Amino acid sequence: MLALNRKLFRDLWRIKGQAIAISMVIAVGVLMFIMYLSAFDSLQLTRSAYYERQRFAHVFASLKRAPLSLRSRIASIPGVSAAEIRVVVDVTLDVEGLAEPATGRLVSIPDRQREILNDLVLSAGRYIEPGRPDEVIVSEGFAQAHGFRPGATVGAILNGRRRELEIVGIALSPEYIYTIRPGDLIPDDARFGVFWMERRALAAAFDMEGGFNDVALLLMPGTRPEAVIDDLDQLLRPYGGWGAIPRALQLSHWSVDNELKGLQGAGIAVPVVFLAVAAFLLHVVLRRIVAVQREQIASLKALGYSNRQLAVHYTYWGLAISLSGTFVGCVAGAMLGRGMLGMYNQYFRFPALEYRLQPDVVIGAIGIGIVAAIFGANSAVRQAVRLQPAEAMRPAPPANYRVSLVERLGLQGILSQSARIILRNIERQPVRSLVSVGGIAASLAILIVGVFMIDGLNLMMDVQFRVTQRQDMQVNFVEPVSPSGIHALQRLPGVIDAEPLRAAPVRLRSGASVRQVSISGLPEVTRLYRAVDVDSMTQVQMPRDGIVLTSSLAEILDAAPGTNVTVEVLVGRRTVQEVKVAGVISQYMGLAAYMEIDAFRRLLREGPTLSGGYLTVDSAYLPELFKAIKETPVIAGAGLKAAMFQAFRDTFAENIGIMIFFNVLFASIIAFGVVYNAARVSLAERSRELASLRVMGFTRAEISAILLGELGVLTFLALPLGMLLGYGLSGLLVQLFETELYTIPFAAAPRTYALCALAVLLATAVSGLIVRRKLDHLDLLEVLKSKE
Amino acid sequence: MNSKNSGKLPTGDLASPPRGSDVVFKARGVTKVYTMGEVSVHALRGVDLTLRASEFVVLLGPSGSGKSTLLNILGGLDLPTQGSVSYRGRDLSGADDAARTEYRRLHVGFVFQFYNLIPSLTARENVALVTEITRKPLPPAEALRIVGLGERLNHFPAQMSGGEQQRVAIARAIAKRPDVLLCDEPTGALDISTGVVVLEAIERVNRELGTATAVITHNAAVAGIADRVIHLSDGRIVANQENSEKISARDLSW
Repeated sequence: MLALNRKLFRDLWRIKGQAIAISMVIAVGVLMFIMYLSAFDSLQLTRSAYYERQRFAHVFASLKRAPLSLRSRIASIPGVSAAEIRVVVDVTLDVEGLAEPATGRLVSIPDRQREILNDLVLSAGRYIEPGRPDEVIVSEGFAQAHGFRPGATVGAILNGRRRELEIVGIALSPEYIYTIRPGDLIPDDARFGVFWMERRALAAAFDMEGGFNDVALLLMPGTRPEAVIDDLDQLLRPYGGWGAIPRALQLSHWSVDNELKGLQGAGIAVPVVFLAVAAFLLHVVLRRIVAVQREQIASLKALGYSNRQLAVHYTYWGLAISLSGTFVGCVAGAMLGRGMLGMYNQYFRFPALEYRLQPDVVIGAIGIGIVAAIFGANSAVRQAVRLQPAEAMRPAPPANYRVSLVERLGLQGILSQSARIILRNIERQPVRSLVSVGGIAASLAILIVGVFMIDGLNLMMDVQFRVTQRQDMQVNFVEPVSPSGIHALQRLPGVIDAEPLRAAPVRLRSGASVRQVSISGLPEVTRLYRAVDVDSMTQVQMPRDGIVLTSSLAEILDAAPGTNVTVEVLVGRRTVQEVKVAGVISQYMGLAAYMEIDAFRRLLREGPTLSGGYLTVDSAYLPELFKAIKETPVIAGAGLKAAMFQAFRDTFAENIGIMIFFNVLFASIIAFGVVYNAARVSLAERSRELASLRVMGFTRAEISAILLGELGVLTFLALPLGMLLGYGLSGLLVQLFETELYTIPFAAAPRTYALCALAVLLATAVSGLIVRRKLDHLDLLEVLKSKE
Repeated sequence: MNSKNSGKLPTGDLASPPRGSDVVFKARGVTKVYTMGEVSVHALRGVDLTLRASEFVVLLGPSGSGKSTLLNILGGLDLPTQGSVSYRGRDLSGADDAARTEYRRLHVGFVFQFYNLIPSLTARENVALVTEITRKPLPPAEALRIVGLGERLNHFPAQMSGGEQQRVAIARAIAKRPDVLLCDEPTGALDISTGVVVLEAIERVNRELGTATAVITHNAAVAGIADRVIHLSDGRIVANQENSEKISARDLSW
């Protein structure tokens, strides 16, 4: 090994505490990068392989009913390589052990197994046998939630008649990677399951013999789905087509896509913060190293080492620290990435969610490690190159101090000599003091960003479940019913209040933008389901004319209050009408459109129909109510708010603990890295001065106060800055994480700021104490004997 | 320079001395002015100096007389404000940084008052630091043997006495087989007996390798071991005296 490299290793060993502190910050940044992006790759690659193998369709359409003879015309649409026609029906399930009704989606499959679109992957049991109409294959999540094995039975209300469905197989489908009941916020495996059953049996139960109500199309490579969708819509229009959607808008695919976008955003944005802090720490420490090694550099130059060789040498310092951190980050990132993928297994159902760490992600991580090293070392390297050997032979001039600002303001009277030393030292190196403040502030900001998400989720749940949804239950009818339906609902056992809902699927068009959503027709002022504008936290009155859009939907449609959108109703009389946008409101979840119920009925050209209702119920009567609902064929399904809330809580509560743990850990690593390094550098620079004070009779506590007092002052300056930074960064992240599915509210509770600040103070105090131990062991004579 | 040594001399830009030339350094009217804030310090005020091959010169003078500045300029560490310096006929005063680095690397051996060893490297590694970047060097162990440290190869600077450290520095300086050895107060931080050992090593290098040697000191007693003594004061050469009789370092006392 070259002597110069040997010097590098031995010197690094001497500053190992600082080197490790910096590598750890880099390791965390790289860890996040690897974790998020490898999870991204794994999800993405697993998904596309799954789609490919199971022939996941490109276009989906639902309709009321069309004859089987239409199939050949659909299959001959230009660009279509395969067409699957199916019967798909949602029914109420009566599951043993579950009081409330669950929803089952029945999907027809061929009675003899053959290759189909959206093909199933059997994870247990067998395929259905022809001639056994009650045999079904059930989705894995539902089976697991209830502990069903092949051989179990589930009661289902098929078109008003109760049937016992026999589970013969358990399967996964690319169509239901994210198995969510339409209208729900998150999957609830216990209350929503998919059942695949023989076509004929299903068709017989729903008067679909010789017909179908669902289409899935596989397109030839390079075909634009838009053109196919137009042709398909044309064909299905006479048969009550709801409007076809491309794969991009298929609920399961779209949900996975949103998650992927979030992962990619986080994988790039979060590491930047850590690596910026690490580069700054490298900067401070390496500048100090170059200052300490002033004479060594001068001798090396005198011996004939070129500037380039010295530049390389000091760049190696940065690289050694950074790349060791990168290595640790890669290993830990791969481990946590694998764990994160395990967490995704709770939401997304793949036959095998395989963890993959692509070489380009690792190369990217190494690349950012190198960039951080070069940025961090840059100034020290230039300092080393600039150093004139002849000048460096002479001892460094005494540091240039002046009377500090506080003293110049006339406050010197109240300051002790120690306090003056602290203030003058901070002021002498304003840039370094500032960056130390910046580093500590960054650690606080990172902590706030992590914890604020939890506040945000809590607020989101609060607004959703307490402010917006004051009902206990929502019920939907199989077909719209007459106004007397509301009285029928009110007469159900235990119902205290009932409010009508007329909802229908529509396609909204504005210029070139199109979106398929459901319009909720609500009474002008509602008591139960309240459309709430989260910016003002007030209930929005339904306007007598016009439509109210959520801001995310308005953005997609590029619509604003006063502009018109075209509403194409996808059911019933399929009216098409221009409607004025009466208002745009902010909501945290989903794309929603609201109209006043009578205005919407006029648009539908219907009488006073309702499609469902919101109920408040007396919980004492719940068993009777559930029983009644299960026995009422016109009710297609009932959603219990408490169950939804519980599912939401369960899913998040489990992961929030892990999230807080890592956030505190990572923020502490940054705080520790900054404070420990700042203290060590100060100690190194000033050990002579501090030793002299000791010789003069200062106690250990007094000199510790001088050294750590400076850090204390910097930390207290950093706290408000960190809060501000955390606030800004959270705002940025909210925008970054914003998907069509949800917006995490940007609101951290004051308690969060206080707790985060406390955590940073604690990390600072611990690092200060570690350095203080060094100070206690300061060898006075040795320090004074050696020349600086 | 005798023919035995010139055969070992590496070649290079500044490295190919005109054959037969006896003059190593020629300085004419060298002036150096440092500007420190609003104060200008005249470190050198027109110095003329010639140094010949194999010559042992002592530069004597009080602190602030300009000795170190002159040595730094000869060694290519610094540039004169005015005047010219040439090394074997090549101009040093106008050479750029890269050329001066090359010059130091191949031809100059430096010894400093405070040794300037790399504390994280052993004696052998400190010498290797130089042998790795020059052409046809002495093996580090041999250089250390010449200064009498053949047994201390693997000691770190902190494990050696001041005199030993200074001898490592000398070994480091001579391992490249330099044309000139420039020593700035090599005994300044040492007591007399250690100082003598160090001077003996320098003397030996000059005698056995024929390296032109310039030693700075403010200690007049050291002057006896030189071929020639140059007195500096206030940035000027005030006396230039040939020693008719050189004494050995061993016989020095101060």
